[in-house]
Amino acid sequence: MSPGAAVLTPSQPSTATTLFDREVVSTRASRGLEQFFTYVRGQAGLSILDLAGASQENINFITNLGHKLYSEDFVRSLDDVFRGEDQSNASRIEQFLRHTLNFENERFDGVLVWDVLQYMTPTLLTATLERLRTIVRPQSYLLTYFHSDEKAQQVPFYSFRIQDQQHLLLAQRGMRKPAQIFNNRSLEKLFQQFESVKFFLTREQLREVIVRR
Amino acid sequence: MPFKTPEPESTRGQASIGKAVKINGQIYSKEDLYVDGDVEGTIELQEHRLTIGPNGKVHSSVKAREVVILGNVQGNVDASDKLEIRKDARLVGDIKTARIIIEDGAYFKGSIDIVKPEPAKASGSTPPRPQQSAPAPASNAQGAAVAAEVKH
Repeated sequence: MSPGAAVLTPSQPSTATTLFDREVVSTRASRGLEQFFTYVRGQAGLSILDLAGASQENINFITNLGHKLYSEDFVRSLDDVFRGEDQSNASRIEQFLRHTLNFENERFDGVLVWDVLQYMTPTLLTATLERLRTIVRPQSYLLTYFHSDEKAQQVPFYSFRIQDQQHLLLAQRGMRKPAQIFNNRSLEKLFQQFESVKFFLTREQLREVIVRR
Repeated sequence: MPFKTPEPESTRGQASIGKAVKINGQIYSKEDLYVDGDVEGTIELQEHRLTIGPNGKVHSSVKAREVVILGNVQGNVDASDKLEIRKDARLVGDIKTARIIIEDGAYFKGSIDIVKPEPAKASGSTPPRPQQSAPAPASNAQGAAVAAEVKH
C-alpha cells in the first residue's frame, strides 16, 4: 500500500488489510505528525506520552529517537471508568483523571493525544485538558485529531501507529459516537488556554491539530 | 507411528509455580522460572528467563534477563535483555529493558525506558547512535492540504 493513501471507506475495499479479527488498516500521510516530531526530535531523552495504547510501532519509533515513552489507552480507560454512564459525574471524572493522567513527578515534552478528545462530553473534556496542561512542560506540543464531518452519527476510531515521521498507519478499532464535533472556531476556543493552535485540514474528514502549551 | 505429545515449552527445564499456588514474599532463582499462580513480593532471576503464564497474577517488581508475560503483572519490570508482552497479557508498571516486543491485544500502562546493553569495548569505536531518518522536506502530500495557525 502506498504511503499517503486515503483513509479507507467501504468504497475502497481493495486497499484494506485485516489486522486483528475485524480491524481495517490504512496508511496516510500526516503533516501534523511530521510537525510534532520536527519539534521534538532535536534532542534525545524527552518524555513522550502516547494516549493510544501501546503498539510496537510507536514504541520502536519513539524509543529509537532516544525518548522515554509513557503509554496509556485513553479510550479503554474511558470505557472502564464510565461504562457508558454520565461523563459529567465529578467523582467519576476525578477517578478517570487519577487513573489516566496521574503523573505527580513527571512532566512531558510532548503528548500524542490522537483522536480521544472528541469522545468526551464538555465537562470531562475541560477537566482533561486542564490536567493535560499541568503535566506538559511549557512550549511542549500536543498532537490531536478530530473528525470534521459534522453530520456523522458515528465515526471510526483508530489505533494510530507511527510508520515514520510523515506516515501513520490507522488501524480501525471500531465505530464510536463522538460526544462533540468540532470546527476550527470551536477548536480555537477549546484550546484557548494554550499558546497556539495549528490546524491541518485533510481530505479525509480528519482534522489534525498541533497545540502548543 | 505413535504421536508423542511434546512437553509444553513454557515448563520445560525450569522451575514452576502452578496456578493453584500463592506466594507472598521474595523469589530468587538461579534457573528459569514459570509462574502461573499468584505472587506478591519480588521476583529476581539473575541471568535467567521468567515467564508469567496465562493464569499468573504477579503483584511485584520483576527482574530477569528475559521476561515473557502472558498473564497479569502489576509492578515494574526490569528485563536486561528482552521483554515480551503477549496478546491478552496485562502489564501495569514501568519497564526498563533493552528490547521490547508487544503483541496486538496486550494491555500496557506505564513508561518504557530502553536501556541498551554496554557495547563491547573496542579501541577507537564510538557507541552506535539511535537510527533516525533525516527530516524530509514538507510536502503537500495527500491527506494534508492546508495549514492554519492560531496564536493566543
